[in-house]
Formats: sequence, C-alpha cells, structure tokens
Amino acid sequence: MEPKLADYKTDVHNDWCPGCGDFGIVNAIQMALTEMKIPRHMSAIFSGIGCSGKTSHFVNVFGVHTLHGRVLPFAQGAKLANPNLTIIAAGGDGDGLGIGAGHFVAAGRRNVDMTYIIFNNAVYGLTKGQASPTLRLGQKTKSLPNPNVNEAVNPIGLAIASGFTFVGRGYAYDVRQLKDLIIAAVKHKGLAFLDVLQPCPTYNDINTRDWFAGLDNVDEITQKPKPRIYKLEETGYDPIVHYGSESEVNEKLTQGLIKSNEWDIKIPTGIFYQNELVAPYEERIADRVPNYLENSPATQPISSDGKSITEISKILDSFEV
Amino acid sequence: MQSKDITWVIGGPQGSGVESAANIFARACAMTGLQIFGKREFYSNIKGEHSYFAVRVSDKNIRSNVKGITLLVAFDAETLFRHVDDVCDDGAIICDSDLISIKVDEVPTLDTLFKSRLIEHLSSKNKELSVRGLLEICKERDITIHLVSFKNILAALAEELQNPSIRNMFRMLNVLAVSISLGFLGLSSKPLLDSVEAIFHTKPKIAELNKQAANYGYNFATVKFPKFKYSISDIQKKSNTFLVQGYQAAGLGKMACGCRFQSYYPITPASDESVFLESNEVFDVKNNRPGSTLVVQTEDEISAIGMAIGSALTGTRSATSTSGPGFSLMAEAMGWAGINEVPIVVTLYQRSGPSTGLPTRHGQDDLMFAIHAGHGDFPKIVYASGDVEETFYDAAKCFNFAEHFQLPVIHILDKFLASTITTCKRFDPDLITIDRGKLLEKIEEDGYKRFSLTEDGISPRSKLGLENGIFWNTGDESDEFGHISEDPINRVQMMDKRASKLELALNTITKEDQAISFGIAEFCVLSWGSTKGPILDAIDMLKKEGLNVGFIQLKLLHPFPTDRIKSLLKDTKIIIDVEANQAAQLGSLLNEHLDKKVDYYILKYTGRPMTSTEIYESLKKILQTKAEKIQVLTYGA
Ligand SMILES: Cc1ncc(C[n+]2csc(CCOP(=O)(O)OP(=O)(O)O)c2C)c(N)n1
Ligand code: SF4
Ligand SMILES: [Mg+2]
Repeated sequence: MEPKLADYKTDVHNDWCPGCGDFGIVNAIQMALTEMKIPRHMSAIFSGIGCSGKTSHFVNVFGVHTLHGRVLPFAQGAKLANPNLTIIAAGGDGDGLGIGAGHFVAAGRRNVDMTYIIFNNAVYGLTKGQASPTLRLGQKTKSLPNPNVNEAVNPIGLAIASGFTFVGRGYAYDVRQLKDLIIAAVKHKGLAFLDVLQPCPTYNDINTRDWFAGLDNVDEITQKPKPRIYKLEETGYDPIVHYGSESEVNEKLTQGLIKSNEWDIKIPTGIFYQNELVAPYEERIADRVPNYLENSPATQPISSDGKSITEISKILDSFEV
Repeated sequence: MQSKDITWVIGGPQGSGVESAANIFARACAMTGLQIFGKREFYSNIKGEHSYFAVRVSDKNIRSNVKGITLLVAFDAETLFRHVDDVCDDGAIICDSDLISIKVDEVPTLDTLFKSRLIEHLSSKNKELSVRGLLEICKERDITIHLVSFKNILAALAEELQNPSIRNMFRMLNVLAVSISLGFLGLSSKPLLDSVEAIFHTKPKIAELNKQAANYGYNFATVKFPKFKYSISDIQKKSNTFLVQGYQAAGLGKMACGCRFQSYYPITPASDESVFLESNEVFDVKNNRPGSTLVVQTEDEISAIGMAIGSALTGTRSATSTSGPGFSLMAEAMGWAGINEVPIVVTLYQRSGPSTGLPTRHGQDDLMFAIHAGHGDFPKIVYASGDVEETFYDAAKCFNFAEHFQLPVIHILDKFLASTITTCKRFDPDLITIDRGKLLEKIEEDGYKRFSLTEDGISPRSKLGLENGIFWNTGDESDEFGHISEDPINRVQMMDKRASKLELALNTITKEDQAISFGIAEFCVLSWGSTKGPILDAIDMLKKEGLNVGFIQLKLLHPFPTDRIKSLLKDTKIIIDVEANQAAQLGSLLNEHLDKKVDYYILKYTGRPMTSTEIYESLKKILQTKAEKIQVLTYGA
C-alpha cells in the first residue's frame, strides 16, 4: 500500500505557539518520509530538548526525545548499531551549537550516514527566550534584559569545518524546498546537516517572517519588499565535489564558507556543500570488519536456548599457561 | 616442608619495560604450576616516573599481596630508595653495581615529601645520603645484596653472541633481571624460556635474542650466586590454568555474553578494557558467520553513554566503561536510561577521587555515587565483583540484569582488580546463561505500547527497526506509548511501575548472587569488591592460629539485599566493615539497612590496595579487643 502523509503523523497534541516555524519543519519531515516511502519501522527521529525537541512525538516513526544537547550521540549510537535504519536527528540551535557543540564537531569528523536538522530560531525557546548561540552580537530580542554580548556562531561554516559532507540551509516557511532538502540530505551518503531558519514569533522579534520577507527593506523604485531569502541553485551555484582533487575540494569548501557569511540583506538557502567521496564511518568500519553492514551489532544472534554462541575459545587459549 | 611463598618486586622508570619483565616472570612461574598474584603501581605519567610490579608467587592458593619483599630487583636508584625498607630481613636485593654512589639528591623523580622522609631515615642512622648508605642499613639487617654490573653483562652477552649492538640494548635489562632472579630463586630454566617465547611470539627475532639473554642471565645467577634461603620450584601444574588480568576478564565476559557495542572515552584504569575489546573485535560464532563488537571512541563520556543508550534501543547488548571523572559526566544520561527503561551496562572502574584524585591509584570511593548517580528517583542495579575470575561471569550477569529488569546496571570494579594479574581457573563460557528478558523479536498486531503497565512492572520491549513495534522515548514523564504526560495519576503509576523493579530484582536475583558467605562467626567481616582476596587470605592466616572470623562478600549493592544479609548475620555479634575508602561507604549502607550496627572499620585510602597482612593484623587487634573503632591502613609505596 502506498504510504500516505497521514501515516507519518501522530495524534499527539502539538503545543507549539501559533505561527511557530517548527510546524513547517515537522510537516516537511513527514512529507519527505512519505515521499521516500521509508517504512515507518525502519526510521527513527531523535530529538534534543527544547521546543524543537518535541518533534519526535509528532512523527509516526520511532521517536527518541533525548537530553539537552545530546541528540547526536544517541542517534549515532543507534545508527552504528543498526545501519539499516534511516535516522534523522533534530534539535534546537542551543541544543546543537551551545550545550551540544562538542558533539556537533565530533559528529562531523565521523561522518555517520544520517541527517541532522537544527531548528535555528536564535533563541532558547523553551526556557523563555534567552540568547542562543546563533543570535547576532548586539541584538536584543524581546525577552533579553540587555543586548547580546556574544558573537554568533556560523552553523554552516562550523559544519563545513567539522567535516559534515552535506551542508544545507532551509527556511521553515518554505516547506516545499525544505522537504526537497530533507530528501536530498537523507539520500546523501554520509552525515548531512540542515540549518533551518525558524522564526519564533514568541521570543524572536528580530528575525521574523516579515524580516525574512524583507518587509523592512523596500525597493525604492518598485516599492516592493526585497526578500532576504534566496535559493543558491537559482544562482547557478554548484555545491558538489565531483572529482575530489585537493584543489576542487578546497574550492568547494571555500565557496561554501564564503556563502555562509552572507546575512543581513541576502540570506542563501539550499545546498552549500556536498561531498560523497568521503567514506562514511560505516564504510570505515566495514573495511576492518568485513561483514559489519550485513551482520551489524543489532542483527547479530548472540544466544541459542539461553546459551552463548560466541566462540571465544581461541582467545581464551592465549591466556592459558 | 616449608611452603614456598615469595614476593618479587621489580621497579624502574615508567616506560622502561617493567611491565613486560613482570609478565615474563609471572608467566614463567605460572607455567610451572605455581600460583601468581601480581599488582602494578604507577604514576600518572608516561615516561620517567617510578613504577613497579609486585609479583607474589606461591605453591598455595593466594589471592592477595602481602607485606614485605623477598627479592627486590633494581637497575635504578629510585627503586632502591623507595622499596628497600620493605625487603624482609632475610630477603635479598639484586641491583646494578653502578648505582652505589648515587646520592638522594641526584634522583629528580623523588618527590620532596618522600625525599625528606628518606633523608631523615638515613640521617637518623648516621648513613651517607646515597644508595651506599641505604644498602649499609640493609647489610645490618642481614639482607643479601648482589651487586651486578648489567652493563658488563650486556657487553659479555654481545661478545658471546658476536652481536655488538646488544651492548646498547638496555631494554634487554628486563629479561636479564627476570632470568637472574629466577636463576637465583632456583626455578628451572625451561619455563623461563617458554615464557619469553610466549610473550614475544609475534616477533620471532626479538624472541630469539631475548631467549639467549635469558639463558645467559639464568646461568649467570646459578654460577655466581650462592643458594638463596627462599626458593621456588616447579609443582604439578593443573590443566586449564589462566594467567589473566581483571580488565581482560571483564572484556572477555562482555564478548562471551553477546555485548556487541561498547563506547568509551579514554580514562585510566577503564580504557584498557575497551582497547582489549577492539583488539579482539572480530570473533567466531557457533553455526554462524563471524561476529563483531563495535568499539567506538567518543568525544567525551556524555557521548559514550549516549551512544551506548542509542545502541541499546536497537536491541543490541551495549555498554560503556569509565572511571569516576567520566562517570560524573554520565549521571544525567543514567536517569534517561532509567526513565526509559533502557538496558545498558556501565562498567565503572573506580580509582582514587575526588576530582582527578590519584588518577592511577586504587580506591573504592564511588559506591555511594554509583548508587545515587542521576537526579530523581529511578531504579538501577549496582553490582560489584570481588576478583578476576568472578568478573568474567559477573560481566555476563550484569547484562542479564539489565535486560531482564530493563534498567541501567553499574558493574562496579576498581583499579586494583583491573590491573591485578593472577592465576585462576580457565573461564568457561558454557557457564554463562543469556537472559534477554522481555525483548520482542516479532509483533503481530498494532497498538504496541512500550511502557504498558503489567503485572510484574516489566513491559515487553520492542527495538528500533521492529515492525509494528514503534515506540517513543522521552526524558519527560510519559504515558504507556512513551509520549509526554504530566498527568498526576499516570505519573504515580509510572513511577511505581519503575520502582517496583527493585523489589522484583531482590526477589529474582539468587541469594548467592546477592552476597556470598565464606563462613559466619561471632566476628564477621562485611566487604565488597576487590578487598575479597586480601580478606580471605587474612582469614586463612588467622585460622592457622586457631582464630575464626567470618566473611560476607556483598555483590548486589543496590538494591540493598537487606533480607539476605540479615539472615546471614543472625548469629554474628561483631560486624567489621573493610573497604578502600575514607567514609566507610558500605558501612553507612549497613548501618542504614541492618538492625545491627558496624562495630569496627578497617579502611584504606592511600591509593594502594590492602595487603592481607594488614587486614590480618587489624583483625587480630579486633579479636584481642585492642582495636580502635576505625583502623586506617597505610602500607605500600
Ligand atoms: C542539562 C540541561 N540544562 C538546561 C536545560 C534547560 N533547557 C531546556 S530547553 C533549553 C534551551 C532550548 O533552546 P534550543 O535548544 O535553541 O531549542 P528551542 O526551544 O529554541 O527549540 C534549555 C537550556 C535542560 N533541559 N538540560
Ligand atoms: S517559543 Fe518560539 S520556538 Fe517555542 S514554540 Fe513558541 S514560537 Fe515556537
Ligand atoms: Mg532555539
């Protein structure tokens, strides 16, 4: 039977604020899973803690709502134990780039074949609007007593520098593009990162839907707002590493970094960088353990009638005197 | 005939091969059927600081180190400075003749505290502040001293083998030290050569060279040295004898019982186990293709436990190994595993805390922390092994507990146990049973509820990837499906469901697995973990004098096996708590759970393990009612 979008939705009451960008992201995830026809039981959403962390309860696949900042370790553990699963990790910008930043960098180095989506609203939503690591220096969102005293981290740049092999950005209110990006990210062989710009109407009164639409920045001649968001692919941008020569990789990394610095007036979305020539972690293990992928930790039989079937007598022999 | 029981100590700068020397020595002795009990002491340092190995050899069953050194071997001055005082009056020292004139001040690795004690000691006897002065004291104590020029031996060996490069092969000193020692102690030369062969078997050239050196050193000792009062000789070797270390036992137990995922962040003394597992990552499986353990080195311990939990959700037996500092970082995730009823095993190798503490030294100071790790009320099991052999079987039991009761299990070990090298019976994987509890392999109908409320508090467990078995997990309180719920009635039901597993564990885990009785008497020792061997040996020493002391080894420390202990203690009058920490952590548990209170405490927190001699002496004082309530042990360099 063809899977339907409704199959991927739970009937759990969604308590996000009206107008929250998170709705768009969860819709895009459900649409992507439907379109890819991924069997529900072969997929798992792992999430962090925050408003964004509730995502896993709204998608009707395995849902693992982890700890603040720890979504990547949990998700990687599951994926490495059972590489047959399709795994999407999701969490807030505070979750992934504040408390979980160490895991972010380490995950990039591993390049496990899964997808990580950051809901980037520049605030700590669930704890009532404190500055998140992506809020710009000097900005004072609604509930901040003083303007932000920290520089913002650049999620796209950090992902590229850390070794993520697919780095992209979506916008929570462009669900169609976001769905396509999620599909591309899931299909990507290796660790894919999506930075999703997610307006938080409750606490972020700076990066609002209107701001992204450029309502504050009207063209003098046409009198039309100049939208900040644009799509990289519409500019002829090619994010893909095709051959893997050092110079090509350097060029692609550099253009991704340069693009990641665009903000304020023009904000690129789409795929910034993609390199499938880097072996995922699973392949690196399979090089050492030839049957790892088809006989993964989760699928290995370990007992028969309550007795161990692991045969360690050769190793035990080496301890005999 | 006098029983043969000697302690051989070799010391030297870290990184100079002391450990391999000790391995050759221990293996050679074990090959003849003698029993071995060895411990390793080292600084938190890679090269240069003093490290030593104390290997006890006996023709009787031994389970501990004792006070005193029978034969000390040194090719650096520091080994002499630090250990000479422990050499028995009729013992012996073999040392490099070049060391004689080295002064106390010339050894930079002697820390100021030790140095000032040493200077005071030498000055009080009017001796020169040097090796010479120290050895004079030894002579006055009738200790046999053999000065050997290792340099000349290397030169002579180079000559004999016509291989000039041997002159500078200072690593060979270790083999020479071992072979000279064994020649002096009177063991036959065959096991020595077999041991060298076994240890270097992957490098045939090096093996050959070392065998030649061993032969040379052995003959040198038999020709040059008069017979030593203490000798060891071959006895009938039992078949199926192991020479193994604690961390290897834990690793082997994990392999045997089907642990297929281990994540870790490097830390002493835990990482040896993970490295061991990775070195043996591929193995045979009966009637199946080869199996493998995936060992993942993570970015920190938070990630290590996170990955282990993620892996466990796929139905994989999963574990992580760590020590105190790392376990501190795991506390939050312990609670997550608790509330989500995830079976994981954390192998906790204690060392001396707090903070970095004595990072390479022994301690049992994390019992209370293990029991209470994580905020909120949730069930977990804390299980302690007492010796190397037990550790193998217990590792497997811990996974059964984890899966049967669906909760995190802390297998609590320590540095002493991890680094002990000992002879014991070959491990038998056939004695291991595997209980996967209510893990489901198939679900037919819809509507699966991961946390369904059941009679026994345990819900059938699905796993990621199982058709019709979709579930949700959350660190929030949840309903039966695993979705967030703040409903007060549900909250109580879920809390009670989880908590009930502790009661169930007490009713399910066998009495023998809860606590072992080694005899009950009016005076009874209660202890946990690696103090077991020293206590048993101490009790044997007392028995020889007609003194009777009982001993109960607690293995299940949480939930506390109150009924089991109470029934064992029925006829006991005096309770003696023995453990390697300052606060008497087990003692406080005993006082909390039992009607009787602890009468005496024997504690040690120098970072060094207890010797049976110390425990024997302390128990004897108690029996003679001459003891203080708390005796604090301090022996050991
Ligand atoms: C260890 C820990 N520290 C603090 C918190 C409190 N906390 C809950 S959500 C949150 C921040 C959420 O911000 P973000 O990750 O950006 O997610 P959002 O709510 O914006 O989606 C914090 C700090 C926690 N749950 N755990
Ligand atoms: S606080 Fe912001 S991020 Fe959280 S639900 Fe409300 S709008 Fe969304
Ligand atoms: Mg946020």
